[in-house]
Amino acid sequence: MLSEDALKKIDREVNKYPADQKQSAVMAALAIAQDEKGYLAQETIAAVADYLGMAPMAAFEVASFYNMYELEPVGKYKLTVCTNLPCALSGGVDAAEYLKRKLGIDFNETTPDGLFTLKEGECMGACGDAPVLLMNNKRMCSFMTTDAMDQLLTELRAEPAGAKS
Amino acid sequence: MLDIEIDGKALQVAEGSTIIDAAHQLGTYIPHFCYHKKLSIAANCRMCLVQVEKAPKPMPACATPVTNGMKVQTHSEQAVKAQKGVMEFLLINHPLDCPICDQGGECLLQDLAVGYGASASRYQEEKRVVVNKNLGPLVATDMTRCINCTRCVRFTQEIAGLMELGQAYRGEHAEIMSFIGQTVDSELSGNIIDLCPVGALTSKPFRFSARTWELSRRKSVSPHDGLGSPLIVQTKHDKVMRVLPLENEDINECWLSDKDRFSYEALNSPERLTRPMLKHGGQWIEVEWQQALDYVAHAFKDIAKNHGAAALGALLSPHATLEELHLGQKLMRGLDCGNVDFRLRQSDFSLDGKRQGAPWLGMRIAEISSLDRVLVVGSFLRKDHPLIAHRLRQISKRGAQVSLIHSADEDQLLKVFAKAIALPSQLPQLLAQVVKCSALAKGAAVDASIAAVTVTPAAQQIAESLLSATHGAIFLGNFAQQHAQAAVLQALAQQLANITGARFGFLGEAANSVGGYVAKALPGEQGLNAAQMLATPRHGYLILNAEAELDCADPQQAMAALKQAATVVVMSPFKLPGALDYADVLLPVSPFSETSGSFVNTEGRVQSFSAVVRPLGETRPAWKVLRVLGNLMQLPGFDQDSSEDVRAEVLGLAAPEFVADRLSNLIGEVTISVTASTGDLERVADVPGYFADALVRRAPSLQKARDAAPPALRMNAATMQRCGVSAGQAVRVKQGVGTALLAALLDAGLPDGAVRISAAHPQVAGLAGMHGAITVEAL
Amino acid sequence: MSVQPILTAGIDPATADATWHLDDYVRRGGYAALRKILAENITPEAVINEVKKSSLRGRGGAGFPSGLKWSFMPRVYAGAKYLCCNSDEGEPGTFKDRDLLRYNPHQVIEGMAIAAYAMGTERGYNYIHGEVWELYSRFEEALAEARAAGLIGQNILGSAFSFELFAHHGYGAYICGEETALLDSIEGKKGQPRYKPPFPASFGLYGKPTTINNTETFAAVPWIIINGGEKYLELGKANNGGTKLFSVSGHVVRPGNYEVPMGLPFAELLKMAGGMRGGRKLKACIPGGSSAPVLPAEIVMDCTMDYDSIAKAGSMLGSGAVIVMDESTCMVRALERLSYFYFEESCGQCTPCREGTGWLYRVVHRIEHGQGRQDDLDLLNSVTDNIMGRTICALGDAASLPVRSFIKHFKSEFEYHIEHKKCLVPPEVQREGSKIYVRPSQC
Ligand SMILES: Cc1cc2nc3c(=O)[nH]c(=O)nc-3n(C[C@H](O)[C@H](O)[C@H](O)COP(=O)(O)O)c2cc1C
Ligand code: SF4
Ligand code: FES
Repeated sequence: MLSEDALKKIDREVNKYPADQKQSAVMAALAIAQDEKGYLAQETIAAVADYLGMAPMAAFEVASFYNMYELEPVGKYKLTVCTNLPCALSGGVDAAEYLKRKLGIDFNETTPDGLFTLKEGECMGACGDAPVLLMNNKRMCSFMTTDAMDQLLTELRAEPAGAKS
Repeated sequence: MLDIEIDGKALQVAEGSTIIDAAHQLGTYIPHFCYHKKLSIAANCRMCLVQVEKAPKPMPACATPVTNGMKVQTHSEQAVKAQKGVMEFLLINHPLDCPICDQGGECLLQDLAVGYGASASRYQEEKRVVVNKNLGPLVATDMTRCINCTRCVRFTQEIAGLMELGQAYRGEHAEIMSFIGQTVDSELSGNIIDLCPVGALTSKPFRFSARTWELSRRKSVSPHDGLGSPLIVQTKHDKVMRVLPLENEDINECWLSDKDRFSYEALNSPERLTRPMLKHGGQWIEVEWQQALDYVAHAFKDIAKNHGAAALGALLSPHATLEELHLGQKLMRGLDCGNVDFRLRQSDFSLDGKRQGAPWLGMRIAEISSLDRVLVVGSFLRKDHPLIAHRLRQISKRGAQVSLIHSADEDQLLKVFAKAIALPSQLPQLLAQVVKCSALAKGAAVDASIAAVTVTPAAQQIAESLLSATHGAIFLGNFAQQHAQAAVLQALAQQLANITGARFGFLGEAANSVGGYVAKALPGEQGLNAAQMLATPRHGYLILNAEAELDCADPQQAMAALKQAATVVVMSPFKLPGALDYADVLLPVSPFSETSGSFVNTEGRVQSFSAVVRPLGETRPAWKVLRVLGNLMQLPGFDQDSSEDVRAEVLGLAAPEFVADRLSNLIGEVTISVTASTGDLERVADVPGYFADALVRRAPSLQKARDAAPPALRMNAATMQRCGVSAGQAVRVKQGVGTALLAALLDAGLPDGAVRISAAHPQVAGLAGMHGAITVEAL
Repeated sequence: MSVQPILTAGIDPATADATWHLDDYVRRGGYAALRKILAENITPEAVINEVKKSSLRGRGGAGFPSGLKWSFMPRVYAGAKYLCCNSDEGEPGTFKDRDLLRYNPHQVIEGMAIAAYAMGTERGYNYIHGEVWELYSRFEEALAEARAAGLIGQNILGSAFSFELFAHHGYGAYICGEETALLDSIEGKKGQPRYKPPFPASFGLYGKPTTINNTETFAAVPWIIINGGEKYLELGKANNGGTKLFSVSGHVVRPGNYEVPMGLPFAELLKMAGGMRGGRKLKACIPGGSSAPVLPAEIVMDCTMDYDSIAKAGSMLGSGAVIVMDESTCMVRALERLSYFYFEESCGQCTPCREGTGWLYRVVHRIEHGQGRQDDLDLLNSVTDNIMGRTICALGDAASLPVRSFIKHFKSEFEYHIEHKKCLVPPEVQREGSKIYVRPSQC
């Protein structure tokens, strides 16, 4: 189900916690699984739960509680734009509107080519850099002027298929 | 003790109490939803907010510990305002359509809304709608009504032992659900219906069939496992509509197993036998009672006259009442026949004549909760004894060490300290290891056969655990009692108990496993036991409440014996398909709900009950039928007027609460032989909960549950390889002269050489015996 | 105004992103405090005392005195005790912990190690906001450096003191910033706050005694140990010791973090952030993160930036997130966005918050969209009455305070919305004020 590599990474997380507290690694394990599979299908969650010796429902509770887990497939690049008030004051909403127009999609939609999914985000703890967006949960993009956004999209489109930054 | 004051009333409460505990002590009601005395405290509904002197804000009574000198107001302006505020929040997204809700009339939200709700809603936004979930055949959902109290979630986690339900998503989107696509399969699942304070979780079988105020409530006792859970049976127009637990802290607490809760559906089964029937020239015809009874009396008298009374035999069910068992044996003894038995699934009777009383739990059920070391030998614990397993689960959480010796490693959903799994033939060997190890530690002497065994680490661990007990116990489960060397297992367990100072007892298989002994429904000096009666076929059989081909240890032999008999009289509430073949007379007798009677549970507690509805059709209580038969056969002593009269014959006029003086697990000398495995494949048979008796077999909703899946053939990977079988494959198994076709399933919890096939199902009724050699042939 | 930085001392903004490593930190005097404690055998009690003297108050929002909190931990306890760092910075407007972890992670590690020493805990976790993933990776690297140098792990610097520290990441849940939700989250569950009592000091992570502090709180500790508690206290003002990082966002010319002494006038801070953008006038300011009551310009301009002054003005210093709004801001719309946030982020556990935050949001949303009703403002206030003080954690209050304060100070704007079904601030003005901000340096 999960690759050797992913299991190795999960083991590393498990080691951070007391021996009888494997469940503590579930957030990290789900994130690792999502990185590998793109989203958390039911079987993926069950596999993670099984690996950590917890009830599948307990893992599902976690997967459905935290915003950054995806329970449905998303595009190759998930762009999450913060529109919360501090960001909105510096153009967070405008930035999101710009991306909607550029990509021709609304929030929670994916471009027909499967490349981009747009999400509305809550405060990312980077309000000083507004507008900000988060790419695939991992890369924070700051000061997103229209130029910066254009550049980002060009860069991502140019990446070879399969590669994920 | 702490001094506190609630609503101006002073009282003393124990350290560590919460405000709600203290209020209960005083009889003061504090409104609440999420709080439940048996579950962990969640403090999430906020309905129980009360005013505490000096606290700036209202405090949740369920979660606030009492401090000395605390002054609490449960109905002050601040408290009531807080409670009303919470009630408003609970109602804004709750449908206000009580008239069409199945919980109507017994809904905590509805009740409290009357006291705390406003007349009109200030919430004019769109209400939340939550999609329903399929939790299986027993629990219906109406999730829009859920108030997210999480009682159900905590129940599955804390009481049932597996978190089958959870609260997914968050905030207003939070919803209670099972893992996508999965049903709730716990053997205790029905309790979430009782726990749900609103109409979100309701009984699927009962759904919309009656309103609570139309129902009459009567007390009864569950006729299934040895616990004998007290029941509230709800009836309408002489029909049982629903069964709920009658709370008894010493027995079932406030819980019921699904079997106890939902088996009532069988009472209304179309398979009910409602008129006596006779087989006439190979055809079944309905007859009058008189005709049927005359027929039986004559037939039995004839057999006794022509072949001797020993040519008769009676097989009585351990689920029959004490009164029925008593009159059944009295009838046979009146005919001068000692062939009576109720231990239908037992196969080792070598202790007969060596017992000093009825084998029992060895302690009160409630005492299980204070044990600190337990060894359970040979038990499909969770499914055979759901609520005893729950008690063990709770003590294991509190640090008690629970160890298992068995022939199948299944998840009991409790923290197991140590376990040893071996083939059935090797269980005595395993137990002997624990005995040897304990004896060494205590300097006690043991037989040479015990001294000769090699101790494995698991046995060592189990011995050490028992030796460190303050309150230790060893329990023999159904599997150990049905075992071919049950006597040896018992002798070893008793020795182990003596050495370690642990107590020792039996987990009673059926409602009257103890009662049968008390009623002496047992073979006399020259009488034959259940196995012998079938092994050496009789001319005439009386069968009470059993389906011999499913309820006897060796169904193959049972069928053969019954088919050859001249007269087989079956007393049952059902038109049993097997009996239609082998019986000559079918007498419709009352199930537990239609007769008065008593069960003596596994702790020796006598529980008498009355009929809750009138007998269906021409059904008669079995004790009355037996009494009339006695009269027709002109036997003395069959003139009882009531079931109480019958009971008085067994227990005396003032029936005791416990039959303490009839109970004993002591046995005489047993030769202990510990044999090595022959290397043959051995059958391991469980009796699945929902096949265990005639009633559950006919309860349609239980039959749809996961646990009612038809039997399969389970083996571990090595055994599969040895048999040349692969998982999923269809396989022919052969035992004795019978065969069965089954699908092979991989089960890593079985020892090498074990073939697990459940018993008590028509599909495997052709097989001989619940244990012993078996062959497997891939198709 | 002379400003002596502590948390950001010796860090040059131009190169900051490259000078976070162990040797850079050591060059800036890092780990001297830990070394000093171990070398001089300073007792745990003395360490706690020093922190008490400093009057350091928790920087996570509640401002609880840190030394006092540390003293709640049982000294002798059979079994594990835990230390947790709260880097789940998610309070809208707050982005200070991000910079601390980005530019100076070892300072936090050292602060945690000292705290662990003071409380006798052998294991700690830093819970890092999921969205700042790069910092999670960086923190793990910093931990590896510290471990390799014997600064965390077994027998630190050859002493008898051992402390294992690990990073745990969040994955998108504001509520995990609440300390007991954070503990549940580390335990691998949903981050749902626990009812207190019992408090973490007696029943925390895995049911063991636990102390949780904010990242910035830990970061201040090494300086206090080296320079003494009194020195730290003197940097600020009485009961408001030391310096504080303020995250200034919104309509200022230079949004960013500013480390200033406690008690600095708001006007000074505003000036440091370059003043108001585009020459527009200050309208309102949320001085302590989105959960703090909003203050109108005239009130906030009279405040100094410390716990007491802001509290006196009717708000909270909170996490020190200063959200500045100019006259182009529609207060109804601003509140609508904040209410949506709390509605989205409520964990769903307790009734008043789960049901109430949605109710608040929907009513504000209606008003903003021209469907307000006459009694809506009373309704909103009444709903907040029913939420506040009735929930398991403070999120209920956090969702209510903005509603109450926005209505209180900007009532006429709300009434205008309800009556005229449109905004008092013309749309084009609003559009201009909230367009994508291109910084002077970016042009
Ligand atoms: C809803 C909510 C969110 C919070 N978020 C944070 C947070 O992001 N970071 C933080 O340090 N404290 C946060 N807190 C405060 C913590 O519960 C806790 O008081 C703090 O971490 C203690 O550290 P301190 O004493 O050093 O401030 C939050 C509290 C609440 C109620
Ligand atoms: S389904 Fe019932 S028991 Fe479960 S959380 Fe909802 S209201 Fe409570
Ligand atoms: S009963 Fe106390 S909060 Fe629910």
